[in-house]
Formats: sequence, structure tokens, C-alpha cells
Amino acid sequence: MVLKIAGITKRFGALTANENVSLTLHRGDVMALLGENGAGKTTLMNILFGHYVADEGEIQVAGEAGALEQLPPGSPQAALDAGIGMVHQHFTLAENLTGLENILLGVERIFGLARGRSAARAKVEKIITDSGLAVDLDTPVSSLTVGEKQRVEILKALFRDARILVLDEPTAVLTPQESEGLFQVIEKLAAAGLTVIFISHKLHEVLAASHRIAVLRGGVLVGELQTEAADRGKIAELMVGRDVPASQRTPMSPGNIVLKLDQVQVGGSDARRTLHAVSMQVHEREVVGIAGVAGNGQTALAALISGLVEPEAGRVEFCGEQVTTFSPRTFMSAGIGRIPEDRHHDGVVGAMTIAENLAIETLKDERFSQNGFLRFKGFQTHALEAIDAFDIRCSGPDAPARLLSGGNMQKLILARVLENEPKLILANQPTRGLDVGAQTEVHKRLLAARERDAAVILISEDLDELFTLTDQIYVIHAGNLDHAGPTDALDRAAVGLMMAGHGAEANAS
Amino acid sequence: MIRLEPRTAPSRALALLAPFAAVVCALMLAAIPLLAAGQNLFEAYGLMVKGAFGSAFAFSETLTRATPLILTGLAAAVAFRAKLWNIGGEGQFYLGALAAVIVGTGLVSGPAWVVVPLVLFAGASAGAIGLIGPAYLKTRFKTDEVVTTLLLNFIILLFVQMALQGWLKDPMSLGWPQSEPIVDEATLPALFEKYRVHAGLLVSLAAAAVITIIMRHTVLGFELRAVGENPDAARHAGISVNGTMLKAAAISGALAGLAGTSEVIGLKGYLTSDISPGFGYAGIVVAMLARLSPVGVVISSIFIAGVFVGADSMSRAIGVSSYLADLVVALALLSVLVTGFSIRYRIRWLGLRGGEA
Amino acid sequence: MEFLEIFLSANFWAAAIRIATPLIFGTLGALICERAGVLNLGIEGIFTAGAMAGWMAVWLGAGLFGGILVAAMVGAMIGLIHAILTVPLGLSQHVSGIGVTMLATSAAYFTYRTALPDVTSPPRIEPFQPLNVPLLSDIPFFGPALFQHTVMTYIAIALVFFVAWVMARTPLGLAIRAVGDNPSSVDSQGLSVYGLRIGAVMAGSALMAIGGAFLTMAAFDAFFFGMVNGRGWICIALTVFASWRPKKALLGALLFGAFEAYQVRLQTEVGAVVPGEIFLMAPYVLSIIALVIAARGADYPRALLTPWFKGQR
Repeated sequence: MVLKIAGITKRFGALTANENVSLTLHRGDVMALLGENGAGKTTLMNILFGHYVADEGEIQVAGEAGALEQLPPGSPQAALDAGIGMVHQHFTLAENLTGLENILLGVERIFGLARGRSAARAKVEKIITDSGLAVDLDTPVSSLTVGEKQRVEILKALFRDARILVLDEPTAVLTPQESEGLFQVIEKLAAAGLTVIFISHKLHEVLAASHRIAVLRGGVLVGELQTEAADRGKIAELMVGRDVPASQRTPMSPGNIVLKLDQVQVGGSDARRTLHAVSMQVHEREVVGIAGVAGNGQTALAALISGLVEPEAGRVEFCGEQVTTFSPRTFMSAGIGRIPEDRHHDGVVGAMTIAENLAIETLKDERFSQNGFLRFKGFQTHALEAIDAFDIRCSGPDAPARLLSGGNMQKLILARVLENEPKLILANQPTRGLDVGAQTEVHKRLLAARERDAAVILISEDLDELFTLTDQIYVIHAGNLDHAGPTDALDRAAVGLMMAGHGAEANAS
Repeated sequence: MIRLEPRTAPSRALALLAPFAAVVCALMLAAIPLLAAGQNLFEAYGLMVKGAFGSAFAFSETLTRATPLILTGLAAAVAFRAKLWNIGGEGQFYLGALAAVIVGTGLVSGPAWVVVPLVLFAGASAGAIGLIGPAYLKTRFKTDEVVTTLLLNFIILLFVQMALQGWLKDPMSLGWPQSEPIVDEATLPALFEKYRVHAGLLVSLAAAAVITIIMRHTVLGFELRAVGENPDAARHAGISVNGTMLKAAAISGALAGLAGTSEVIGLKGYLTSDISPGFGYAGIVVAMLARLSPVGVVISSIFIAGVFVGADSMSRAIGVSSYLADLVVALALLSVLVTGFSIRYRIRWLGLRGGEA
Repeated sequence: MEFLEIFLSANFWAAAIRIATPLIFGTLGALICERAGVLNLGIEGIFTAGAMAGWMAVWLGAGLFGGILVAAMVGAMIGLIHAILTVPLGLSQHVSGIGVTMLATSAAYFTYRTALPDVTSPPRIEPFQPLNVPLLSDIPFFGPALFQHTVMTYIAIALVFFVAWVMARTPLGLAIRAVGDNPSSVDSQGLSVYGLRIGAVMAGSALMAIGGAFLTMAAFDAFFFGMVNGRGWICIALTVFASWRPKKALLGALLFGAFEAYQVRLQTEVGAVVPGEIFLMAPYVLSIIALVIAARGADYPRALLTPWFKGQR
């Protein structure tokens, strides 16, 4: 036995993130920690790694000799010393240092000289050869791809002789092919004796890549089973705890063109903000999906359609007319509703009230202001209506928006966007970080808008979501946008290949 | 180990209490140098209170001192709301004072009800221009406005000194670098006989009322708050972030300019290059103590003014350096930061080993 | 013409380097703080406190290096205040810095006034003397220009290369750069974000204070009110101008020193026509221009101004 987690309970105020969770792991295990968003997976791993201190319970890790020893809580250093390595969902890399420098941070004596660099390099290179985690060690991290950054993260752990490796949602930022490669590396490492825990909410990869599956729901460990003996339907039920009706997309005939991009070019400071001569068409009563791995130009596309950036070249047409003024305000009044990627950052002003956030896009509306003076009554009535219609759970219209849960914050944004009956809705990662109930709600609202003749652009990294919701799929890769085709005629593997940049081969095959 | 836990719903009572706790904290910390200087604490603080609030005259002096502080405090409060770090209140103050003597020493003539508003307008405009410049550099070139406004303070003061040595110099001043006196029609009258407190106080209070209305009841105030709290979300929601920033700059600069104008046409009657003992900088402390509330600014201005007036009086009586006042003011600023922090977070002591687990 | 002849005088270059010296200390200090992710606007006050503390220590009988040491310690302590407010408590670096400047300045003035209540002309100390480097100082032109400075100037220049080496080549430098780019990168490797940031702010503040002490102990020989006169703010502008690189900071400070030495000499030439204040304004105007030019494309340390809390990623 390598790791024993016994009776861990962690509360954040009224919320219980983990309740009496116990797990054991052996050498060479690959365990998938499965659960919805908010099930407590990440909290549990953060306790293991010392970022949080558990309210109850303890963790024991096998020492060098193999005997279990208590792990001091709340100390990442102790976790590192005990041989636990963690790869976070958001990389913990200094972008201004090279891969090797990142690996050596905190390994060398801080007030010493940089000695033994060549020995260290040799050790890293040996790990790379053994595991297949190829990466250029002397390039600044800022110019590595996402996949390479992840490899640096894993190398960081392996360099410190980690015996337990925790990966938090490792495939969230990878193409299906890159994910496949990662799982091969994991299998190889496990065969060499490493114990791996990976966190996921994607059923298919859990089934494909793990030896054992532990399912968390609402902070409680609801099931632990061998992967070979697991059945997809059963795990899904364990994870969600109820039947989830899939969103029903009724076939509809698309109408007029709402948005047309013709050879539109957006220049930016880096790859995620650049688009190369992209073209696309979106019709009424149509959901168009944009598939792609994060950081391939989605940000630029969303900024373009939100009116936040002006194209350098090309033509943008909205409802048959060329767009000449690029600003969020003109776009909104023309009938484009936007659901931003980062709710907290771009969607709401957390310190302002729910009522204020509901009105922020339409302040000049006579419901909300007259001659530059605000009408509080208008704010109040409007907020009460929206809270009711969209079932926003909150203590009232005057509560600050930052107190809302992710799902309720998204409902607030949906309410704001949909009440003006926009002709086009841009939904950028609208369900990221939401639990299944809230996801279903978002999907339902988007499909309802489609039935009301609106056009919808759905940017998502989740192929499941794209395949259930969209009529057409485009794939974005390195700032290029390719039309994959109507969703019903596509298969996942082809889209996956296009996401990795093999557009031509995928079309040819 | 200590742990910080964000409070989900900061209580109003705590928020109101925080500035007072900060003041107590500042006075306690200032006691250390006082004691080190070999002074009797109770005597020193007693003399300060008496010097600031002990008589009608003392209180009128405090109100006189508070008049420009209310305006520079409002200037900082408005700018800070929009996260525009205007540290140039001192420079804008001098611009307002300069405009006052340019317009108020005979350039325009007419009845007082025409000339006084005109001079105030000139002062406010000069101050506004003084901040719109750095704000434009911030929006256009991402130049840190803290450093540019700070450097501008030096430039403007040197410019005033230059003007007072040259074209603004009063030929009757016997060589002193000071401007010609303000004409009578441009003067703000004293409010009471035999006291120096003048109608500038009414201007300040009116400004506080107007700013309250702008911040709470207008679209501009809404946009200003939104831009300050989350510029990305504001931009996304169709609010012009740069435009709002420039409007905030105009209002803030105008308020600081008004402070200089009011000081010249209400109190001094002419301009010298030492007319401000740091009103612009003290305005920052006033605004932070008030937690950026315009009404709070009025109260905290009176307190800060009291510290200065009281310290001067104490200094005369027992020879303690009046820099003690600056010390108390600086400590009040740092203390209010910390007490403001404790409104938002609960600090929990978890014992030495980081938790009960 | 006289305007160009100024450049040919060794005296001019010596003055440029002398004027640059405190700016080198200050800019290096600001750079270390900002590389770790903390803007230290306490700099102006720390300069003042350093100038006062160093001078007073010598006046009370300490040696010159003792005075420098006292200044550095006072600077580090003031830096600690700023660090506690901005690092573990995560308060606004702008406001805290301004508060620290006000505190340090008023504390220095209060202490000075309390120690010397009645003096009208400030008492003088025996300051650092120029140190003629053997042989080199005898070279015509270059000798008087480069090799007849006080030891503090040589230390400042050596420090530039030392700091550049630490930042680029040592584990400590890597960690400081990393914590200013992404604090989680050092946290995940078991290093203390708070420790690194607090340490960097204290070290940077100590250098700022030494810059201040140079004023009272080498450039002049007494303490005056208002003597720092915005030098701290100029250092903050120079840091951006230098894109957080020590050697470019040296270059920036020298350019600045040359400019100021030039305008002082120009003033004696054309002082009758142009008011002196115009020349006094020049350094501040120059700083703003430098800031505008540099700020746009500036590669700010990514985590500058961003507080980090434990357990947050």
C-alpha cells in the first residue's frame, strides 16, 4: 500500500466539500477520481497536496522503506517530500523561465549557487527517454504549447522522485490525440511502479485509461470499482445520482444568414488572440459549434463577435449588412447577445448587486435611467422578474453578484442576454465548471433561443456538448477556422484530428 | 499559523467601525515616537484636542483647514472608485490656485455673483486638465498614472514658482514671490465675523452632496463604479472604459482644482508657492479613511484637519515637532488599510501547527 | 559652440556619474521588488529615511560604513511594513506604497526635528571622499571622469552586475523571477511565496535607503528637508524604462545623470534668458517621456500588483 486516505472531511462555511472520504492506493495503480463539477474531487486532492487542511481525517503515505507514515497536513513541502506530485489544471509554471529552470525551482538550495546543473539535466533527460515526455528544456515556457507545458509539469513531479502523481483534469486542454498520448505515458509510468490518480468528469476516458474508478458525488465517495468490471451506465448513474434527460435537439430548417465572416483577419499579441483569414456563416435557427483545444484562437473569435476587437482585414456582415463599427455597445444594440467565457472576469461585476448586473448592458434603457439619472424602481422590478423567470437562487436583487454560485451566475448572464431576444447568441464555454443540472438548463435555454429563430455560436472544448447541441461544426486550430460539416454527418475521430491540426488528412480519409 | 477566511457578507457595523478603529490605532502608534521624544502622552494629546476642538475659534480653524481637504478628499475618492490612482491632487490644487489668481486679479470685472462662479469654474477646469493629461496617457499608452501624477506635482509646483518669480509677481510685494491680491468681487466671503472660516466650506459641502448624487443616482456613477470594480466586465457590457476613466479624471481633477481656488479666493487672497501644506496628499488619506464615501470624506476631513491644527497648537505649547501631525496622518492611512482588510476577512488563529486536523 | 563643449569636459562626466549613483541604488531596489511582483511606492519615503538615518548615525559617531549599514537596516524595516501589508494581507500596493512614503518621510522629519529642535543651519558630517583609483585616475580625461569617485559609486556599479548575475544565474534569482511571474510556480515546488516576496521587498528597500544615504553622506554632507525631491519616483520610471533589467537600469540612470549634469551646465550658459525652474523641471518631464515611450510595449512582470493567497491557484 502506498497511500491511505482515511475519513477526510472538509467544510467551507456551510458547504461540505468532502465528507468522510477514505481511499487506498497501491504501487502501480492508476485510479480515476470521477465526479461532476463541485463533487469535491479537486478539494480532496488539494488536501492531499497540502493546499488545504482537512477538518477531520488523516492521510498516510508510505515512506522510502514502505511503511505508512502520517503526512503532516497543510504543507505542500511535506507532500513533495513524501513523494506526492501534483499537476494542476491551471499550470503552475513561471512563463519567463525555461522548462529546466521550472523543474529545478525549489530543488536547488535557494541561497546556493546553481551547481550540478549538468547532472540535473542528465536526470531529466533520462526521465524523458524512459517516459516519452518529450519537451525542449531550454525554451522559455511562454513559447511552449499547452501539451508541452503539461509535460513540464509532469517532469517536475518525476524529477522529485514522485511515487504518487496526481493529475487534475489533465485532458481538459488537450486534443483527443494528445490525451491518448498522455494515457500511454501514464500506463508506462504505472508499469514502472508509479501510482497515478487522475481527476476527470469524462466517462469515456476514465473507462479507457484507468485501472480503478472512485466516484465522488456531493463530497461523498459513492462507489469504488475495478474498471474492467465497470459499466458505463452504472457509473454515470453513480456520478450524477439521477437520470439526466439529454437535451433534445429537434431538426429545423435554417433561415437567412445572420452572421457572415469573409476572410476576416484579427491580429493579436499571441496565438490565442490571432485569427488568419477566417470565413463562416451562421443562419437563423441554427447552432454552430466551434470545436478546438483551448488557446487556438477562440478568444480572438469571441472578441471579434463581441465587438471587442476590430478586424485587420476581411468583411463582417450581420443580417446582410456590413459591420463598420466594432464596439460591444453597437453589437448589443444590433442584436448580438454574448455569454463570455469567464463569468467572474468578464461576465459580472462581482461587487455590484444582482439587479445592477442584470441592467448593466441596457443602462440607457428608459426602464433603468432617465436623463442620466438611475431609476431604482426599474432595477428592482426587472431584477425580481428575471430572478423568477430564470430561477436565480439568491437572497434578493440587492445581494452582490459575487455571492452567486457558478450556475446561478450563468443564469443571471443568460437572463441578461436572452431578454432582449438577440438575433445571434455567442456562447463561449457556457457550461464550463457547471454541474449537470445547470448545464442542462443552459442547453435548454440555448435551444429555446434557436427555436425562436435565433442563431447560436457555441464555442466549446467538450465534444459531447458539441455533438448533442449543434447543427454545424467548425474546427479552430492555430487561428484557422475550418468547416467540418453538418454535425449529423461527422464522427468524433475526424473532428479530433482536425482539432490537432490535421484538417486536410481528415477530409481526405 | 494564521488563516484568512473571506467573510461572505461583511457587516455594515464593522464597515462603519473600521475607520474609527484605524484612528485609535494611528494615535496609539504615534504615541511611540511621542514617548521616545520624552513627552507626556496625555498632555500632548490633550493639547491637540484642545487646539483643534477646544473653543469656537479652534473649531473654526479646524473647519478652515478642512475646507480644502474635503475637496481634495473627494477628488481622491472619485478617482479611486474608478481605480484611477490620482496621486496628483497636490499639483491639481496648485493649478486651481493658479487659475484663480489669473482670472481673479482683474482679468474679469463685474458683480461678485458673476465673478466668483467664473473663478471657481476656471479653477475647476485647470484642475481637470491637470488630471486628464495623465489619464489620457494611461488609456492611450498604459503609462502608470501614479508615477506621472506624482512627477507632475513637481513640475506644476516649479511652474507656479516660476510664474511667481516672473509674470505673476506682485510688484508691490517687496521682492517676495507672491501674486497680486484677488480683487474684492472675486473673493469668497468669511462666514462669521472674526473667524477665518469662509464660504469655501459651503462650496466643499455642496461638492460632497453633488458627488453623492453622481455616484449613487446617475448612469455616470454606475459606470464609474463598474469600471473600478471590474473593467473587463464593464467593457464587455458595452461601457466605454477609457471614456469613463477620462470622465472620472475630469471630475477628480476639477475637485482638487477647486480646493486650490477656494484656498486662494477664500482664505489667503493671493498665491504663494507654499500655499498648500500637502492638501493633495492628505486628501488621499481623507478618502481612504472615508472608505471613498463622499459623506465620509466630510467627517474624515474634519478629523485630519483637527490633527493638523491640534498638532500645530501643541507644538507651539510644548515644543513637540509638528511633523507629528504628518506621522499621525500617515499612520491613519496604513491603519485604515489594515482595518478595511479585517472587514473583508476573518483572521483565524489556528495554533502553531496549522490546524486542528 | 559651448553646448557641445560641455561633453568634452571630464568634470561633466564625473557629475553625470555622481548624479546617477543614488538612482542606480534606487532603481535596482525597485527592480528587485517588482521582479518579485510588488510595486514599492514607498521608495520616496525610504530614500528620505535612509538619507536621514545614515547621516544621523554618522553624526552620532558611527563610521561611514556604519551609517550605510544603519540606513540599509532602516530601509529593510520600512520595506517590511510595506511587505506585510501587500504580501500576506494583499492590500493595494499603490495605496500602501503612498502610505509608507508618507510614514517614512514624516518619521524621518519628526526624528530630525526632535533630535535637533533649534538648529537653523544643518550640522555637517565628514562625508565619503573621492577615491582615486591608482594609475587609472591619472589617465587624462578618463581619470577624472571615471576613476575619482567615492567608494559608494563603485559599489553601485558593481552591484548592478551582481544583481544581474543573481537574477539570471542563481536559484534565488530564478525563484524571485518566478514568483513575480506566477506565484503558484514556486508554491507548487515547496518554496514560500510570502518568504520570497517579503525578502525581495526588504532587500530592495535596503538598496533604496542606501541610495538615500548616498545623498547625505557622499553627494552632500548634511540632511535637508525635501532633499530627495522626487528621486524615488524617477527610479520607478527608470525601472519601467529599463524593462526590469539591471544593466539597462544602469544605462538609464547614467543617461539621466548625463542629462541632468548637462542641463546644470547649460543653465550657467543661458541662465540669464531662461528661468531656472525650466531646468529644474527637466528631469521630471524627461521621466514622464521615458515612461510613455517605455510603458506601451513594456513586458511587466506578469504577477506585478497581483496579491496571492495561500490555497489559491
